[in-house]
Amino acid sequence: MADEALVVLQGVNKWFGDLHVLRDIDLTIDRGEVVVVIGPSGSGKSTLCRVINRLEPIQKGTITIDGVALPEEGKELARLRADVGMVFQSFNLFAHKTVLQNVTLGPIKVRKTSKAQAADQAMTLLERVGIADKAKRYPAELSGGQQQRVAIARALAMDPKVMLFDEPTSALDPEMIKEVLDVMLDLAQDAGMTMVVVTHEMGFARSAARRVVFMDQGAIVEIASPEQFFSNPESERAQDFLSKILAH
Amino acid sequence: MAACRVSPVPPLQWFGATYVELFRNAPLSVLMLLFVFGLTKAGVGPYSFFASAIVVLSIYTSAFLAETFRAGINTVAAGQAEAARAIGLTFPQTLGIVVFPQALRTVVGPIGNLFIALIKNSSIASVISVLELSKRSNLLIDQQGVSPIPVFLGAAVAYLILTLPSGFLVGYVERKVSIKR
Repeated sequence: MADEALVVLQGVNKWFGDLHVLRDIDLTIDRGEVVVVIGPSGSGKSTLCRVINRLEPIQKGTITIDGVALPEEGKELARLRADVGMVFQSFNLFAHKTVLQNVTLGPIKVRKTSKAQAADQAMTLLERVGIADKAKRYPAELSGGQQQRVAIARALAMDPKVMLFDEPTSALDPEMIKEVLDVMLDLAQDAGMTMVVVTHEMGFARSAARRVVFMDQGAIVEIASPEQFFSNPESERAQDFLSKILAH
Repeated sequence: MAACRVSPVPPLQWFGATYVELFRNAPLSVLMLLFVFGLTKAGVGPYSFFASAIVVLSIYTSAFLAETFRAGINTVAAGQAEAARAIGLTFPQTLGIVVFPQALRTVVGPIGNLFIALIKNSSIASVISVLELSKRSNLLIDQQGVSPIPVFLGAAVAYLILTLPSGFLVGYVERKVSIKR
């Protein structure tokens, strides 16, 4: 996999009213790279994830995906978002659609794939995330871990260039976290997917990330390899954060 | 109209809000009189009283419908629309494919109410001399000297014949769409 920039953030700033939630963010994510973003709550890490496909607009700076600057809200942005998969903390599966319909909706409506082909492809993906037997069920009939795996399949169905994970396991019971992380790990290591993962799962960061981005108060404080970050973090704030979460 | 009110485009929002506030706050009888006499004065029309009554009732009820839909749209979790946008659906697709179908479920009951109110509001059309149910009842009493109580009881039953099936239909639709949860 060539080390070629896929997502580039330059001088990105964002405010919610008076609150400065992203401060001068510069970050380049290469094709095939897995970047894990960690930091205390309110550090802006979720917002960072959400500005990459412009679910949140930014006030200053530029973001480009595969060389294309994010356009204003409209058809072009919709087309660009189709290439950026997103997995949410609260799954957000379409409640009125079956599992299969959730996965085929994007390909049919956005990519104009035929229904039969979309269904074939969806079943392959559902098998890959281990949930093909639930294809005819509605999201409410599934456990959280199962729903999140469907959400991953839904995002993959668009054949995205990059996948964004916004705290994908934070709403899950402990015994379901592993099944979701396994799918993500498979995606990172075997499929070579470019991934930006906001998470509190330090084990995942260690085993899957090429780089760890540590954020605090809206700014990137430190970027390091996981080995270096977890054994010998440079910044005081990262040391403090790690001592708190790894104390038990 | 509801789509206007939830759209991200300010002029559309204003248009939707103005329409709704104008037509749901004006009394129906005033709207009917304005429509019939105002338009004739302005050189448009005159349209038949019956057609005018239908147009005004539609405009009036649609203002309430829009508000009901908007309330329904607001009950759909924001994450649903976000997920729709995230897979590349456009704003109209997000509303049409993901948000409206879910909003509809919560508003079937209130829409039934509006429909029943619409049937009963038709009685206001008497002010522009459309011979609807209430007007006919009055004529019977005034001109034929029929005693009022049986006539109005009859009218009430006639309204029920129209409204009760509407109520049942709403109940049926509500059960039907609520199965898929």
